Amino acid sequence: MSAPVLRKVDAPLSSPAATSGLFEVFRRRYLLKLLVRREISARYQGSFLGLFWSYLQPASRLAMYYFVFGILLARPIENFAIHLFAGLVIVHYFTETFSSGTRSIVRNKGVVQKMAVPREMFPVASMLVSAYHVIPGLVLLSGFCVLLGWTPDPVGIAAGLLGFLLVAVLGTACALLFSVANVFFRDFSNVVSLLTMFVTFSVPMMYPYSIVEHRFGEFAKFYLFNPLAEAVLLFQRCFWVGTTDHPKAIIATNMPDHLFAIGFAHLAGGLVALVIAQLVFARFESKIPERL
Amino acid sequence: MPTYPDDASIVVDHVTKDFKLRHHRTMKQMTVAALRRQQLSTSFSALDDVNFTVRQGESIGIMGLNGSGKSTLLKLINGIMRPDRGEVLTRGRIAGLIATGTGFHQQLSGRDNIFMNAAVLGMSEAETRRKLDSIIEFADIGQHLDSQVGHYSSGMTSRLGFAIAIHVDSDIFLADEVLAVGDKPFKKKCLEKMQEIRDSGRTLFYVSHAAGSVRKMCDRVIVLESGRVGYDGPVDAGIRYLHYEEENETEEEHADDELGADV
Repeated sequence: MSAPVLRKVDAPLSSPAATSGLFEVFRRRYLLKLLVRREISARYQGSFLGLFWSYLQPASRLAMYYFVFGILLARPIENFAIHLFAGLVIVHYFTETFSSGTRSIVRNKGVVQKMAVPREMFPVASMLVSAYHVIPGLVLLSGFCVLLGWTPDPVGIAAGLLGFLLVAVLGTACALLFSVANVFFRDFSNVVSLLTMFVTFSVPMMYPYSIVEHRFGEFAKFYLFNPLAEAVLLFQRCFWVGTTDHPKAIIATNMPDHLFAIGFAHLAGGLVALVIAQLVFARFESKIPERL
Repeated sequence: MPTYPDDASIVVDHVTKDFKLRHHRTMKQMTVAALRRQQLSTSFSALDDVNFTVRQGESIGIMGLNGSGKSTLLKLINGIMRPDRGEVLTRGRIAGLIATGTGFHQQLSGRDNIFMNAAVLGMSEAETRRKLDSIIEFADIGQHLDSQVGHYSSGMTSRLGFAIAIHVDSDIFLADEVLAVGDKPFKKKCLEKMQEIRDSGRTLFYVSHAAGSVRKMCDRVIVLESGRVGYDGPVDAGIRYLHYEEENETEEEHADDELGADV
């Protein structure tokens, strides 16, 4: 046998499985980018209408809700369609992140079992893919608002961004936690669809927030303990309020006091949830390949 | 902390990996089994106190019967799994193949999979682009490159997987039964490439049943026997230890042996 060349490796001995969780995901942005791009292209693969479905689906959902709640049940809310649709867009972002994130590790079984990748990658990619699919909804929503004479205001835009950020953080935390739980018991994807249904009705989009205040009175603040209700209000503050005839009056009746303070509190709560989710994930992560 | 030699490339320090065999998956089954006082799960050690050190540049042949823990060991070294007890340490970049069809995405084209797989193995976009032609040339799968990997034959899948893995600029190369599916010319090409890898001073960790190719490739053999190290030492004695060599082997069998036919 020929004498091997001496090769000096300038690296410390370290554990090959070492990972620093979410930070590792953002360190390997290129891989993340590829994963996100693949998910996006895989979604409409073999479909004739392709990306058009991303517009058709929210549009038809909007039409249906509008018909039932806006016309049949005739809610006395100004521009009810926008009120509803603003909520729908942000709620959909959350439920998409949550449900596709929950399934993400099981779905990528092949890679997870055979290659060393930070597994946080998959739920995070799901969140980003869902964010990408929010764009058609936002385009439809803004277009609609402009038609109704929308005047965007800086405070409203800030509210929208805060709502989006809040959902992104919270969605990632939930996706992270449930993706690993789903590896151990596939029941969790059913739990998620249950929660998704609950979310749809626990936020003020099919009914106005003013009703909640009216009915619950003092207890209305407990209703706002739900971060998604807050996110929906922030989104409505951004889009819906600007389309109404008397924004000031609407803010007084349909928005809670301290909208932003509550929003930031939820954002902080979301970040804490994210840290906890990461800790739990790291705790169970090493058992993933053998339980898949 | 124990000290390891300066040129240690892979350290497997008293590593144990247990697996649980769960007999029941649903609540109903578990309740029934618990009522009948049956065992809900049994655990076994896939690796039991395995201990060895590999120096940079060594080429190790891992041998053993099916189920002796070879793949589990490879997964620990690759970082896919973590040991339950003990420690696995590696130095530098690792590339390699865990069985064939290494985590390809079925709906993506071969070309897209090259980028994805290279990224998973830690290659940057620029590095992948630089090596793309060479990878394509090595895989040699012609016009199938742009069709879905899901439609590939197993041979084509492993060709592509191997082509990507050898192009990673790694310090440690892991190979698990890579040669089991390819055709003869390809196996030959792979063996040559692996010899090249070995001669460039990279650590080679080769799992195989083929005594001939192990003899050709490796300078040390570790034999696993139900999760324990049964033998660790020179190649020829290791192969004798396994009784892989029968007295009356025909020429034909011998040739297969060299190219790495699976047992």
